[in-house]
Amino acid sequence: MAKFPKPPEGSWTAHYPELGTEPVSYEDSISPEFFELEREAVFKRSWLNVGRVEQLPRNGSYFTKELAVAKTSVVVVRDMEGKIRAHHNICRHRGNKLVWQDFPREETQGNCRQFQCKYHGWKYELAGDLTFVQQEEEFFDFDKADYGLIPVRCDVWAGFVFVNLADEPSQSLHDFLGPMVTAMEGYPFDQMTERYFYRGTIGSNWKLFMDGFQEFYHAPVLHVRQLPATIGPPSMAMGFEGLHYEINGPHRLVTTYGGQGWRMPDELLKPMEIASRSGLFGPWDQPDIDLNHFPDGVNPANVAPWGLDAFNVFPNFVILIWERGWYLTYHYWPTAANTHVFEGTLYFVPPKSARERVAHEMAAVTFKEYALQDSNTLEATQSMLESRVVSAFPLNDQEILCRHLHKVVGEWVAAYEREQLEEASK
Amino acid sequence: MSIALLPAQFSDLEPFASTWCLASEGERYQQRLASTMQQMQGFYDAMMPRMDEAITYCDTFAYDDLPDDVARLLHLVYSLVMVSFPIEAWKQPNIPDSGAAYLDLLVEPGP
Repeated sequence: MAKFPKPPEGSWTAHYPELGTEPVSYEDSISPEFFELEREAVFKRSWLNVGRVEQLPRNGSYFTKELAVAKTSVVVVRDMEGKIRAHHNICRHRGNKLVWQDFPREETQGNCRQFQCKYHGWKYELAGDLTFVQQEEEFFDFDKADYGLIPVRCDVWAGFVFVNLADEPSQSLHDFLGPMVTAMEGYPFDQMTERYFYRGTIGSNWKLFMDGFQEFYHAPVLHVRQLPATIGPPSMAMGFEGLHYEINGPHRLVTTYGGQGWRMPDELLKPMEIASRSGLFGPWDQPDIDLNHFPDGVNPANVAPWGLDAFNVFPNFVILIWERGWYLTYHYWPTAANTHVFEGTLYFVPPKSARERVAHEMAAVTFKEYALQDSNTLEATQSMLESRVVSAFPLNDQEILCRHLHKVVGEWVAAYEREQLEEASK
Repeated sequence: MSIALLPAQFSDLEPFASTWCLASEGERYQQRLASTMQQMQGFYDAMMPRMDEAITYCDTFAYDDLPDDVARLLHLVYSLVMVSFPIEAWKQPNIPDSGAAYLDLLVEPGP
């Protein structure tokens, strides 16, 4: 018997009948051929979040982003007019990577007035125009105007910087994000500038980790040992139910309860949670900013007690807003059918005291303890999915968002394949 | 007598300072994995009762301009947070079933 109300249809999944309720294939997470299609159909056509405006504080600030899934690297820069732009990170002369430091495949950042290729010294202004060619007179029928950097579509929403590798994206960033995601606009992301940035390589398909963080059915089981013995087994017996699930286009949201450590008796808490006044749900004491006037898009169902919203922005980006006034993001960057790079970034209002900083440290350390349990489990899943001993898996109502992700990816791939067929038949 | 790393009123914690006054999360995590439970229990038992006093002491200074010995004391508190998971939850240094999985903290705030 559900403890929390579900939609009138009887389940969250039935509320979105196009999802169906039948067991789901995970062939999309093990097939190298499907992964090759995902590169083209999903990652070269979607708006991809590559960072935040705070990473480009001044004119001339830049960072590079490796997009292995699209076999490219982009350099994102605030040009001398203050406009944020992105270029493919390739010199137009003989294809050298334009911006890198020490290790060609590693990301870098900095501030400069122009880009200069390390190889033959070609120079580009930050807006992309080629301005200097070493021994230009040696070239044939040459016009610098023909050799600017290759631009990448770039736009900013709520301080989040997105790129789109399509020549002509089918939707603007705002239209792509749609009403559910853009209703978060106005949340004080811009005041939460203290950043903890984690990265690791994960031995699974990128969608498996998205699945792992878009259902919390696993949480009372996989993480039971993180909880004191007074609360772990009872939590497991109770299980998990989301308070609200919502789907909008390719994006999806789950809202949960949780946290509330400051209201719990000591015997249900770990000593360090009490000592630091912090834990998985973040610092117990809210930062000194206005947190009473959230935009309607945050906790959109107005559930109480509200713990968090996890917005899964298609394809590989998650914004997770916690009730206590901080947020984190996840990025899942595919590198092969069975590997990806995971990035988790925690954002807090900069602390004014050591006490606040220690509470942030506790939240960050706790995040890593959980995330490593999750991520290593995925390798165990990946290895057995690849056995193909089982071809379809039952997903319950709390796993509705997993069902949706795989369905949407399948639809994008199918649409791409149809277009390719139409192109070929012309 | 070696040179004190910590403020005088925390001199009782000096035996742990050279091991656990570590400025980065990566160093603290590695030290945790390289330590025995007995070593971490000794540090935890000595440090936990002093944690609140240590933070209060740090906050008598401007947070963005901590003297070196005070910053080291704060790093000792961060290390206590780090070892609290083996002590309070796992009963072993590493996260159970975490195998070779890793997450590197590439950007972290000071001090």
